[in-house]
Amino acid sequence: MSVLLETRGLSKNFDGLQAVTDVNFALSEGEVRALIGPNGAGKTTLVSMISGRITPSSGSVHFDGRDVTALPAHKRIMAGMAYTFQITSVFSRLPARENVALAARRRMPASKVAGAVDAAMDRVGILDRADEEAGNLSYGHQRLLEIAMGLVQRPRLLILDEPTQGLADGEIGGFKTLVRDLAKEATILLIEHNMSVVMEVADRVSVLNFGEMLAEGTPKEIHANQAVQAAYLGTGADA
Amino acid sequence: MSVSARILVLHLGLLALLFVLQFVLPPYHHGNIARIMVLASYAIGYNILFGYTGLLSLGHALFFAAGMYGMGLTIQHAGFAPAPAILVGILAGAAVSAALALLALRTIGVAFMIVTLMFAQAGYLTVLYFGEYTRGDEGFVIQAAQRIVWGIDLSDATNRYFAAWALFAVSLIICLQVVRAPFGRTLVAIRENEERVRMLGYDTFAHKLSAMVLSGTIAAAAGAFYGLLFGYAGASFASVQYSILPLLWVLLGGAGTVLGPFVGTVFMFYLIDLSSGITTAHMLIAGVALVALTLFAPQGLVGEIKRRGAKWLP
Amino acid sequence: MELGPYILLATLEGAVTAAVLALTAVGLSLVFGVMRVVNIAHGEFFMLGAVIAWYVAHYMGGHPALGFVAALVLAPLLVGGLAVAADMTILKRIEYDPERTIVATIGLLYIIQQLTLMTYGPEARPVEPPFNERIALPWFEFGDDGLEFYYPWGLSTTSYKLAVIGAAAAVLAGVWAMMTRTKVGLLMRATQADREMALAFGIPVERVYAIVFGIGAGLAALAAVLIVPIQQAHYLMGADPLLLSFIVVIIGGLGSLPGTVVAAIIIGLSDGIISVFFSPTLAKILATLLVGLVLVFRPQGLFGTRAA
Repeated sequence: MSVLLETRGLSKNFDGLQAVTDVNFALSEGEVRALIGPNGAGKTTLVSMISGRITPSSGSVHFDGRDVTALPAHKRIMAGMAYTFQITSVFSRLPARENVALAARRRMPASKVAGAVDAAMDRVGILDRADEEAGNLSYGHQRLLEIAMGLVQRPRLLILDEPTQGLADGEIGGFKTLVRDLAKEATILLIEHNMSVVMEVADRVSVLNFGEMLAEGTPKEIHANQAVQAAYLGTGADA
Repeated sequence: MSVSARILVLHLGLLALLFVLQFVLPPYHHGNIARIMVLASYAIGYNILFGYTGLLSLGHALFFAAGMYGMGLTIQHAGFAPAPAILVGILAGAAVSAALALLALRTIGVAFMIVTLMFAQAGYLTVLYFGEYTRGDEGFVIQAAQRIVWGIDLSDATNRYFAAWALFAVSLIICLQVVRAPFGRTLVAIRENEERVRMLGYDTFAHKLSAMVLSGTIAAAAGAFYGLLFGYAGASFASVQYSILPLLWVLLGGAGTVLGPFVGTVFMFYLIDLSSGITTAHMLIAGVALVALTLFAPQGLVGEIKRRGAKWLP
Repeated sequence: MELGPYILLATLEGAVTAAVLALTAVGLSLVFGVMRVVNIAHGEFFMLGAVIAWYVAHYMGGHPALGFVAALVLAPLLVGGLAVAADMTILKRIEYDPERTIVATIGLLYIIQQLTLMTYGPEARPVEPPFNERIALPWFEFGDDGLEFYYPWGLSTTSYKLAVIGAAAAVLAGVWAMMTRTKVGLLMRATQADREMALAFGIPVERVYAIVFGIGAGLAALAAVLIVPIQQAHYLMGADPLLLSFIVVIIGGLGSLPGTVVAAIIIGLSDGIISVFFSPTLAKILATLLVGLVLVFRPQGLFGTRAA
């Protein structure tokens, strides 16, 4: 399995606050990787550096064999990444269809856009709501809209930032199925708090704590890992 | 009728109506409508940046004046014929808007508004400073003899009306095409959530830059035409008031709609025109309108119509 | 007059400008610092102060000092009251949204300005100062007996101008004391630091906003009353103070009071001195360009801690 994404010694320092320290992280093509860790561990910062939203203090990011550390975010996206935000990032005053179309237009000739949009929305299950204003959709449907926007871009790497947050159990079940389906065409990196999703969907898990990579392994290995448990539950004195 | 057809009928219909009005309007309104069409073109240019891209500039008078003086100065001091002079005006506007964009787009929100205001003020003061050439506030007249293009005398009311109409038609159609094309839709998305657009792979800076240059160039064309058609260039067109007027027209008519700028310009023009008959303090109307609009109707007239059911209006 | 005395004169004139400018700019800075909005009508509050001063002096008669003192009290109160009303009816309704506030205050600018035109008229009218003794100033030169002082003709100031500088300094000290020593000032600083927390602590944020907006306007009006015996009251006189206050506040750092005062001194003094060497128009061009460039490249100004 070739390495699709790699970070070397990636660090970020915010005016004295060390958010991420020396992270070496490698993602193979076709993998589904979950990135977990307690709140404030630096997961979003790490992923922001990978996607190009923020610049690292030191270290490098490599995508598909290229050093992309100096590449601006929009160019990394065009190189094959797709990034789905947390909830407030759909275009709430535009129709759902236009949301997905915006994601699609960048990637394919105009004539193919309408078809691709319909296909993507159908795949996640919101085609019947295509003409509604995105802001009027239910929370769960907005989440699915985000995923539709991601997958219509046909990315090599799909980054999902807390995709199941706030979803009902039934919706989470649907999400797991969708991700397993998506994994056939794309490498997936997801930041997740929901352990059942992680256990069932991820091939491998990386654990971040206080900005450092604490452990990496299969879900079962991580589940049994003492250090990981301590990080989540605290060790009494420094909880 | 399909949405596309409806849009075409409505907008081309307006153009046809204005064309026909040339033959029936009494002289006073004839001149007014000619002026309104040129000013509405200015407003259309402004709307592309403000209504569609979401960037509130307080310095568009800089572009309007660049067009006016680019045209006026080359006629007055370099003996240019009108057509090349207009071209100079338009190019001056494009250059100035590109330069300002490169600076101002590094800021957002309130800072952007103030930066554009400051540079426009500097422009106005520069016009005054070089009063030797520009005649400052007093301005200079462009003689009728200098306003003959390809044998057509623009000081004749009919020719002047058609020239204004042509400018307006071109501006309206450009706006209509741009906002319905992918570029225009991306601008709207940038207005709604720029970061998201960036993370979809778009170079948002390049988009905003293009929007500002397009906006400024149309504004400059309007300025050049206004000076040529009405035979006068003066520093007042570079002043803050001429930066605030297009904002007012667009807000009143409906920001982010193609017809809004025209509707707002017509309304405001006649409102101020009527009140000028009563008092010299006619800008009071502008002030009250601005406050009322911000408080109660930020979406403007056409915006309100759109909200109440005509969602297909571009 | 030779260069030395000329520059001294320009410096003194500049000090008067700086004093009045500092008061006006602090008003603008307070509003931005606490409320986070830009008030484009600030110059009109200034103008109203001058116009009200004229009305008060005109209708009071008697010794100029009486009218002047009355104006000094009435004008800031009336203008401050108007500002509070504007805040409660307009700004509160648009929820202090920065962009909408700018548009609304532009509207307010036109309303105030044009109503003044309709009532007060387009003329500029003078107001008599309460006292106005001419004070000749000495200059030195190196003569046969060493350092000699003489009184160059034309190098003078007036007692009133010196009083303006003193009064402005006193008021600024008062504002500083209020901000740092009183409960009201504490509420203002708390609201400025963190609006959400202030709300959570039960601070009546909206009332604080109204008071701040009123004080900001009152300071501008006060500054205008001080300057009106030197200039005249005219309905368009708000434009220059607005621009200059802007320049001062942005260069000094939005929301930083010390920065504002320092910047006002620098700009007030240099405005006087630069006008000696350059045309005022060129000086203004440079000043506006400077503000634009500062906002683009160093938005926190000289002293501010937040980006604009």
